[in-house]
Amino acid sequence: MPHIANIAVSIVFDGLAYAMFLFITSVGLSVTMGLMGFVNLAHGAFAMAGGYFVVSLTRSLGIDFVSSLVIASAAVGVISVPFERYLYRRLYKSTDLEQVLLTIGLAFMAIATFTYFYGPIPKSVPLPAWLQGDVNLGFRSFPSYRAFLIVLGAALISVLWYAFEQTNIGAKIRAAVDNRRMAASVGINVDRLFTLTFALGSALAALGGGLAIQLFGLTPSFAVLYLVLFLIVVAVGGLGSLKGTLLAALVIGIIDTGGKYAFPVAGNLFIYAITVVVLLIKPAGFYGRE
Amino acid sequence: MAANETTTRSPAAEAARARATEFLVRRHYFRLPEALPWLIAVACFFVFPDRMTFGSQVLIMIMFALSLDLILGCAGIVTLGHAAFFGLGAYTVALASMKLGWSEPISGIIAGGLAAGLVGAVVGWFILRYRGLTLLMLTIAFAATLQESGNLRSDITGGYDGLPGLSFNPLLGYFQYDLYGHTNYLYALAVLAVIFFFVRRIVYSPFGQALTGIRENIRRMHAVGSPVHARLVTVYAISAAIAGVAGGLFTQTNAFVTLTVFDFDASAKLMVMLILGGTGRLYGAFVGAFVYMVMEDKLSKLSPTFWQFGIGLLLIVAVLFARRGLAGLVEHAGRRVQKWVKR
Repeated sequence: MPHIANIAVSIVFDGLAYAMFLFITSVGLSVTMGLMGFVNLAHGAFAMAGGYFVVSLTRSLGIDFVSSLVIASAAVGVISVPFERYLYRRLYKSTDLEQVLLTIGLAFMAIATFTYFYGPIPKSVPLPAWLQGDVNLGFRSFPSYRAFLIVLGAALISVLWYAFEQTNIGAKIRAAVDNRRMAASVGINVDRLFTLTFALGSALAALGGGLAIQLFGLTPSFAVLYLVLFLIVVAVGGLGSLKGTLLAALVIGIIDTGGKYAFPVAGNLFIYAITVVVLLIKPAGFYGRE
Repeated sequence: MAANETTTRSPAAEAARARATEFLVRRHYFRLPEALPWLIAVACFFVFPDRMTFGSQVLIMIMFALSLDLILGCAGIVTLGHAAFFGLGAYTVALASMKLGWSEPISGIIAGGLAAGLVGAVVGWFILRYRGLTLLMLTIAFAATLQESGNLRSDITGGYDGLPGLSFNPLLGYFQYDLYGHTNYLYALAVLAVIFFFVRRIVYSPFGQALTGIRENIRRMHAVGSPVHARLVTVYAISAAIAGVAGGLFTQTNAFVTLTVFDFDASAKLMVMLILGGTGRLYGAFVGAFVYMVMEDKLSKLSPTFWQFGIGLLLIVAVLFARRGLAGLVEHAGRRVQKWVKR
């Protein structure tokens, strides 16, 4: 295979894996922001919590990686409910600023708490044998872990797509994103819907956090460091849009991977440049409502 | 009309009108308690002569918080990227001194302010058409873009290792910088005083009133024909310039600057300071920056982890219970005392 094509395939493959991580972690944020217009800067903290739960489950309790991912997401999903009920709920009608402050405060507290228990040193996670090494797809081989990410991401997208577009509850969520008051007045319990999507979104974030350990390593600063990325995906994709979040994750994942390959010193410059350009042209993101 | 008014106005309405007029006329007068922060600042110079390096950092953060108060407290622009302008000022001063040999301090910070203000005007023109999450993201992305660009050209900016060993000419060609930072402290205090009276003038001007209108009800301001976008861009540029001056002072007093000045954390920390002090009341920046810096200095030495936890908790408590910050609490207490004295 020619050299250039080989590199292009690598970039698309790694970019896809990265995009899947971004999508899984950000989609919950997008839906909850679309529903309530709530600026949730603690989303990264839920992702980080998921990551640390996975570390504890695998390292201390010896549970295998995939089961740990499931348990950690479920746990974070459940834990997020009281936060929504008792803290977030008070500020639904407040200004952006107050929401930003409350959630940044939560993120700080989460970072401090996890630093206290786990220390500031990056954590890794033991992977099962089938996720290590490479997988051969006939014409060339790919790293197994990234292939796993892509397959998992694709599966989750299908499930979410079905749930969002075909089920009753998905229709209710879409209705509430479009017009919350109208949805409430035709008898949809928007509050309960929001608690549900919030828990689901936090669980997905925790899953993303668990998946990220192998990609970036896990430190307590994960909560703020990657938060900016999730917010960018949400803002570029458009609030409350599954399609938009996916498109934004793909664009950012692939262009960033390509950019880092071509200009390693540029860091995240490409991501920020894309964000600025997209938001200046389409302020509400790809599929957001103007 | 006039005749009609005189016939229908009751004495009570007359008195109310007089009170309102008096309030409007006197609103911007200096009140006695306003001298307090300045007296404390001067007193600190004599009481803690060995902590002046720290003191000048506090003054610089007050200035920086004041610049945020102008756009956040006054005009209601929520930004998490204000460190961009602080950094621009800091690097303008550093690079002017290093590459151009321009080491005169006062013209240095003016240049820093102008550079940051100019960039603020251009960036503001683009991003201030948006509000909410979009605006928040654009401010974050802008600061991050600057940081990454600086890292890309670390041959010029020194990257995260920074530009060490900057030196500046004696202040006004006469005052040498001493080891204890006494000159720096008085220098920062003087600049802060100038900036503060400038900001105060803006806040109480008709322009400041228009900004308050934009903060409270942007649709109505559009409806009454106020040039909303132009006003927001103007105040954003002014605020950026002040942040740039603060950044320039930061470089001069530390003789050192790294790309960490552009950190997201720096913008978030600034926001925390202002919220802690109270937004939209000028002296909130003083209280917030002072309390934050002193607590950070004391507590983060004990345990950085608990410090971060405490800041998070403070923010949540401030949002849920004390939305007007420490300055708001003090004002509230002051009013209670006044009432109690009158009774």
